[in-house]
Formats: sequence, C-alpha cells, structure tokens
Amino acid sequence: MAETKTAAPPAADSSPVTNAKLLRLLVSARLRSQTAYRGSFAADVAGQMVLALTEFVELYAIVHNVPTFGGMTFAQALLVFAFASVGFSIGDLILGETDSMSEVIRNGKLEVLLVRPLPVLLQLMTSDFQLRRVGRLVFALIALAAALFLTDIQWDPGKVALFIITPLAGAAIFGALFVGAGAVQFWLLDGRQFANAFTYGGRYVASMPGAAMFLPLQVFFTFVVPATLVAYAPSLVLLGLDGPAGIPSWTGWLGLPAAVVLWGLMLLLWRAAIRKYTGAGG
Amino acid sequence: MRAYWELAKSSFRRNSTYRLAAFSGAFTNSVFGLIRASLLLSAISTAGGTIGGYSAVEAATYVWLGQALLAPLGLFGSAELAGRVKSGDIAVDLSRSVNLTASYWAQDVGRAAFDILPRGVPPLVIGALVTGLSLPTTAGPYVLGFVSVLAALTLSFLGFFVINLLSFWVVEIRGYWMLYLVLMNLLSGFLVPVTWFPQWMLDFARATPFPSMLQTPVDILAGRTDGALSLALVGVQLLWLAVLLAGTQLMVRYGSRKLVVQGG
Repeated sequence: MAETKTAAPPAADSSPVTNAKLLRLLVSARLRSQTAYRGSFAADVAGQMVLALTEFVELYAIVHNVPTFGGMTFAQALLVFAFASVGFSIGDLILGETDSMSEVIRNGKLEVLLVRPLPVLLQLMTSDFQLRRVGRLVFALIALAAALFLTDIQWDPGKVALFIITPLAGAAIFGALFVGAGAVQFWLLDGRQFANAFTYGGRYVASMPGAAMFLPLQVFFTFVVPATLVAYAPSLVLLGLDGPAGIPSWTGWLGLPAAVVLWGLMLLLWRAAIRKYTGAGG
Repeated sequence: MRAYWELAKSSFRRNSTYRLAAFSGAFTNSVFGLIRASLLLSAISTAGGTIGGYSAVEAATYVWLGQALLAPLGLFGSAELAGRVKSGDIAVDLSRSVNLTASYWAQDVGRAAFDILPRGVPPLVIGALVTGLSLPTTAGPYVLGFVSVLAALTLSFLGFFVINLLSFWVVEIRGYWMLYLVLMNLLSGFLVPVTWFPQWMLDFARATPFPSMLQTPVDILAGRTDGALSLALVGVQLLWLAVLLAGTQLMVRYGSRKLVVQGG
C-alpha cells in the first residue's frame, strides 16, 4: 500500500495536502492496482454481475410461481429489488470493507491506520475501494431502468423527489449498517457473522416485498433496522399501494430521516469502538 | 489412515475453540431462516397450497434444514489452500507424506463434525418453534440422509478445492471464487428449492453437481423422496464425487509440477 502511494504522481505544488487530495490519490492508486491482474479482475467483475443476477433470479424463482408476491406484481417487486440493489451496491462500494474489521484488528493493520493522520473510516473507505463492485451497481441500474419501464407510476413532483432521494438514502442506510457492523467486531472479534444478520440480512429484506414477511420481522426491519425503508416503503408510495400492518405506506418518506439518525448512532458506536481498542504492541 | 484421523481430530479441536463464532453463525443463519421461511410461506399461501411440490410446512422444513446444514456442509468454503500457495507454505504441504487432497478433506470433516451441533441445532429448534417441521418418523431417511450429508460435504469440499487449486496457475483466485460461490448458492437450491425454478433453469441445475451438495441431503432427510429415489439420488452424488475427485487429482498432479514457490 505504501509503495503504490509513493508510485502515484507526487503533488506538484507546495500547497498543503488536504484530506480530499489524499483521498483522490489513494483511490486512484487502488484502482490502478486492482486492474493490474486482468484475468482475475475480469472474473471479479463478472462475479459481481453474476452475484447481482442470482439475487434477481432468487426473487424471480419465487415470483414466477405466483400472480402477486406480497401484494406486488413482478414489475412492482422488480422496482423494490432494483432500489435495494442500487442502495446496497453504493453502500458496499464505499464502506463494505468494514465488514472484515475483525481481520484488520487481528492482524494488527488497525494500528497502522491509527497512527496515520487521517480518520480511520476514511482510510478504510479507500483501502478497499473495489472497482469490481461497480459490476453490481451497473446491474442494479439496469434493473431500475427496466422496473421504471414496466411499472405504471403516476408521477408528481413529490414522487420525483422521492425517486431521487431513495437510492441515496438507501446507500446511506447500508453505509451506516456497515459502519455499525465494523464497530461491533471490536467487541465480538469472532462474531463477524453476527453483524452479517443486519448488513446482508438487511439487504435480503430490503430487496423483497416487505408484506411477504412475518409481522414481527416487518416491524423489526422497519423500525429497528430500517431495511424496508430502503426500497419497499418508498416503492409503496411511488406505486400508490397500501402497506401491510407492520410497514404503513407513510413510512415511505422515512428513508432519509432514518439514514441520518442511523448514521448518528453508528458513528457514536464507531467512536466508542475505536476508544475501546487496545493494541497488542504490534 | 492414522494421520488423517489425527488431522480430523485436531481440526475438530481447533474449531471448537471459536465458540463465539459458532454462536454468531447460528444466530445469523436463524435470522436468514426466518426471513427465507416467511417469504416462501407467503408465496405458497398466495399460490394456494403448494409450489414445486412443496407444501407450506415442507417448504419451511426445507429452509430450516438448509440453514442448519449450510455451515456443516461448508457451503461458504475455505480459501486456505490458495492462501498457502500465495504465502509459499504450500511447499511444506506438498513435501508431507500425506495426500494433499485427503489431508485437507480430513480437516474439513473435522470442522464439519464440530459445526453440526452448535451451528446446526439452533436453526432447527427455532424452526420447530416458529413454523413447525415435517420430519420422517422412520429410521431409513436418517440413515441414508447421513450418507448423503457425508457425500454432500465431500462434494462441496472438492468443488471449492478445485477453485483453490486454480491458484497453482493464476495469481489471484478471488474472482473465480466469487463466480463459483454465487452459482453454487443458486444452483444447489440453497436460496430457493430448485424445483421452484423455471423449467429451463431446473434442467440446467440438474446437469451440474450443485443440487447434490444441498438439495439432495435436505430432501432425503426431510423424507420427501422414497427409498428407491433416495438411493438413486445418492448414486448421482457418488457419480459426481468420482468426477470431481478425478478432476482434483489431475489438477494436483499437473499443478504441482507447474508451481514455482519463491524464496524458502
């Protein structure tokens, strides 16, 4: 990592190196190193696209057997899936690395990050900015375009605004969940999978029509872990549908506020985690 | 033989120290089981009775058995061998007087033997409480199910071993790994029973070894298949076992000639 950094063109002027400049430098070094092994990189991108495709097929394998799934037609369910995929792939692209925090802690990499004059989260974001994950985003955007083409939405200014906010709020919600997942691993070093129930479990829930779930799950994944607010709830508003008991359709507008609240909580948790950390003198 | 037994035993002990990992794995698999079961049940109730031959309680049983076997069968795999090729430690493995594949397999069996209780039982208990399970009352399906689980475990191991062995030829296997993992998850029937697929996908899945890695042992254990069909399915598993075993042995043979370990 240090080598790739020095290999990048040095800042020509003498102005102080800002975080933004460093960020750009780090990301571009990352991107170049990732494309170095072409065969593997191509397989990586293909893998991410196939991953997105299998997530879609999983939904399709259920939906093609029934006229409506959780009160939604195939096209409507596709809209939910697409919103969730766009949100998740952006969140994963930027903060997915915190998922393997326990390894960073265990092999002493965290100490290296802590002594550098950059926020740890920022370093994590750039340490594994994975171009291959763009493959997933591309598929998600295609699915979103297809869903818009297939569904019949009565547009008005409010819905246009909601349509624009939704993927961003979704990305923010998943980003916050990833930060939380990383923070939890400071306490549960071997408990990485525990956090997966909320990050990947959240993705799974977000991409399905919420009404198809048991009521307690609906409530939990709306008001505790706001996964249904990522895609299903806003889709209800856009499509003019009524929600189930646990996810009333007014929750469609809660995505952004939930993202803000969640980020606040998860950053507090993250700070507590960093403070809690005791190095082993590595 | 003794060496492999000891390897399996020490792998069992190694895994048994990570109790928190086992607990959190069981927790997560149970959460996923709840979500997955509720989705399948909702679809079945809309369809009015059954989909792909699964009634509500059968589909729930399918989900919970799948969640219980997921970790023991090693469906998320291990990239240990590829890591050792990268670090050069593979040279030590190859100079040992045990068969490379068999020694890794023995360790995987040891891991599975530990995983089956702490990671397998909680999802089944939760499933029995939440949705109910439909399990056979005779001994036959359990006996054959045990054989089938062992075959599925070995198949799953060999499949990932093939991907690991690619590291003899290529520098970075992560992409191939990912590609394999997602295809296997889908076609093994882990996400949705393969009989729920559209016909063309079902045909495609059945032409691969993947359903033998999960769908087969789950269906046998749940008593969905009768004696003759179960035996035939186990036969298919053994056939794929022979194919994959031959494949890995060829790869080890040619790969270890090609391999260059730097330094020493």
